[in-house]
Amino acid sequence: MLWFLGQRLVQSAVVLTVMSFVIFGLIGLMPGDPVDLLISADPEMTSDDIARLREIYGLDRPLVERYGVWLWAVLQGDFGFSRLFAQPVITVLLPALGNTLALLGISLALALAIGLPLGIYAAVKPYSPRDYAVNLMAFAGISIPSFWLGLLLIILFAVVLGILPAGGFGTPGVDDWSDKLIYLVLPAMSLTLASVGGHTRYMRASMLETLRQDYIRTARAKGLSERRVVLGHALRNALIPVTTIIALDFGFLFSGALITETIFAYPGMGKLTYDAVMGNDFNLALICLLLATLVTLIGNILADLAYAWLDPRIGFEARQP
Amino acid sequence: MKIRKRLYGLALAVLAAVGVALAVPGPAQAERDQLTIGITQYPSTFHPNIDSMLAKSYILGFTRRPFTVHDHSWNLVCMLCTKLPTIENGLAVPERTPGGKKGIAVTYTIRPDAFWGDGKPITTDDVLFTWKVGRNGKTGTLPIELYRSAYKIVAQDDKTFTMHFDKLTFNYNAINAFSLLPAHVDRVNFEADPVTYKNKTAFDTDTTNEALYFGPYLITETKRGSHVVLERNPKWWGKPGPFKRIIIKTIPNTAALEANLLSGNIDMIAGELGLTVDQALRFEKRHGRKFNVLYKSGLIYEHIDLNLDNPLLQDRNIRHALIHAIDREAISQQLFGGRQPVAHSNVNPLDWVHAPDIPIFAHDPKKAQDILVKAEFTKLNKGIRHHAETGQALRFEFMTTAGSKARELVQQVLQSQWKSVGIDVRIRNEPARVYFGQTMTQRKFTGLAMYAWLSAPESVPRGQLHSAHIPTRANGWAGQNYPGFRNKEMDALIEKIEVELDREKRKALWRRLQEIYVTELPVIPLYFRASAFVMPKWLTGVEPTGHQYATSLWVEDWGVK
Repeated sequence: MLWFLGQRLVQSAVVLTVMSFVIFGLIGLMPGDPVDLLISADPEMTSDDIARLREIYGLDRPLVERYGVWLWAVLQGDFGFSRLFAQPVITVLLPALGNTLALLGISLALALAIGLPLGIYAAVKPYSPRDYAVNLMAFAGISIPSFWLGLLLIILFAVVLGILPAGGFGTPGVDDWSDKLIYLVLPAMSLTLASVGGHTRYMRASMLETLRQDYIRTARAKGLSERRVVLGHALRNALIPVTTIIALDFGFLFSGALITETIFAYPGMGKLTYDAVMGNDFNLALICLLLATLVTLIGNILADLAYAWLDPRIGFEARQP
Repeated sequence: MKIRKRLYGLALAVLAAVGVALAVPGPAQAERDQLTIGITQYPSTFHPNIDSMLAKSYILGFTRRPFTVHDHSWNLVCMLCTKLPTIENGLAVPERTPGGKKGIAVTYTIRPDAFWGDGKPITTDDVLFTWKVGRNGKTGTLPIELYRSAYKIVAQDDKTFTMHFDKLTFNYNAINAFSLLPAHVDRVNFEADPVTYKNKTAFDTDTTNEALYFGPYLITETKRGSHVVLERNPKWWGKPGPFKRIIIKTIPNTAALEANLLSGNIDMIAGELGLTVDQALRFEKRHGRKFNVLYKSGLIYEHIDLNLDNPLLQDRNIRHALIHAIDREAISQQLFGGRQPVAHSNVNPLDWVHAPDIPIFAHDPKKAQDILVKAEFTKLNKGIRHHAETGQALRFEFMTTAGSKARELVQQVLQSQWKSVGIDVRIRNEPARVYFGQTMTQRKFTGLAMYAWLSAPESVPRGQLHSAHIPTRANGWAGQNYPGFRNKEMDALIEKIEVELDREKRKALWRRLQEIYVTELPVIPLYFRASAFVMPKWLTGVEPTGHQYATSLWVEDWGVK
């Protein structure tokens, strides 16, 4: 296992390095730079001023040279300075990362806690009224646009009932986790409802496929109870494809919560990444995008580990050269 | 069976969790000693002279005051100074610069009762420090032109100083953008390294330091991307602010902004950074009884730049046909409830230099067609005019910022109006990031480009209309004369207006400038945008200015009914 882990970590480091160059290059190719924004704000700026500002912001050097400087600084633990937030990148990033992990952690846990049992529940009796009911709910969850769902939740819980805050990150002046939790309810509910349908459908499909396998028929023929057949024999195998989806969800959720964060004015990674890209904040955008890559890679490593745990036939040793 | 039981149990647990969340009381209704304002942006920096951003100007308006500013009547007044210096009162004296140029020495006195939030008096030491930071080319502070022109400052004593400018312009006494920095706080950061000063300034590393502010309020709490809390400044020299606390919340989505207002999470939406006029009109229709919605048209000038490098657009008659073909009044009435008046030139009628007697282009599609026929665009193919000899289609590309609903709507109306006279307009929009990041700044648009300018009262359009300000690769894309307008008389007028001190003579020059603008028509004026302020019925005294200076600069005049 250690060999496997080491191998995957080296692979991930290579992917990250390649991605850092690709992302750096793509951001560099994007139209406009920080100085272009300053030019549009000051019509009296002369060409000398522009040249001087480009030098101050380090934009007068070739892209490859800038990448080299950036990489060397990162390797020394210096992630640069966010032009957009006038703070070191790491100072901007860490609170947003914490907020996103809290939001995504809660919503992912809830989505799995609701979606997986519902999927199993539907698959055990396929094409029955309860299966149709679960499918209907799942499709409704998948089809509702997240911005619309977010607004509906705000209108219901904040405007009509007036029992939850419409958005934000906490009551100003109150530094208490329970206060922050209240502000998390609506965005977490919105993200959960949006993703629970997908998890239900994947779980149902996977469980249906598993329940058709010969070994399940054998288990039933042996006289095992339905509960043992489903939870003891079918579930572990049915979870393998679902695990892949969850692993991919990691990266998606990381940057894909943008709409939810915007609607609920929740300062997380999705909004931060968007603002950094749109605001020409090279340093911040780069680290945000690399972090999304890193999270996806970690998700995949965890998925690989989960495969082996779910199905002992998938061993680590077999992958050694 | 047991699976079912477990699932029921799980469902119950989820319901119970939701129930607990619902049982927790929401945010308390704002009390009247607190005002919560919603805006759509969070400032990138709190340093007054780094970067230019509306959200920052709005928040700093509560906490700081400029030396001079244009008031609600668009007159220049003192805020931090005691008396507005003029040549007439002897506080401004024309002189020659060491290089022999015409310049002026302007003397200001800081209010004797002006203190930083920590109780330290505001002195000329702060003025000299601010000037030193601005003059240092490595700090990247703005506006560059002000610090370049103010080549010397002499402190007469702790409160009085004289600024020497290397130009004698009509607005010699306006130092609105000279935002004071606290020397006793920020000098150490600047002197350590001017290059890294912008990253180390106390405005961003210690934003809640009371010594950074001297307005009616101090910033006492910031949560990046979420909110800023302001509390009364006990050292403020004027009438105390009407609220004990002001909270400014950032809610980027305007639909969520409305929902927050309805839920009581915020009390008002600032006009400077809130709903667009069409959104406000819809909101007013549904909830107008509960809120005051105030519209103020001002200096945000929505227009269409015409790229004069385009051979078709080089013909002035074609430009005239374009403007005759469109019904701007109908657009203003139908789309914006008449709240955004039609612009007939680049100068707002509220500005004293506006000339009401310049030619006005009425909606006249017949005249537009006659002009096009005269220009030999007589051949019609699928409703589109083509040149009788060359066969060239009368076709333009029309760009604006993608995702800006109001602009895209106006664009579609204009497209259909032009089509009705045989002009084919192809819409190609881009995200603001690309549009302003490259397409406009490097003049990559080929035909028509719609966007807005925000200016100050009596703002000379040197950057937009002087031929020396056409962005080119050679000048590093400096300047904002995006149409590429070259007119010797316009250049001369701009240069004369800037240095003409006599108001009457200047007004005549301004009149001629507007006349050339509308006859040469490098730009199609559309309308002056309005800001929509959505406020609770109990709030009084918020008086929009119509120019770029925020209502927050007069917060002490706000009140509760």
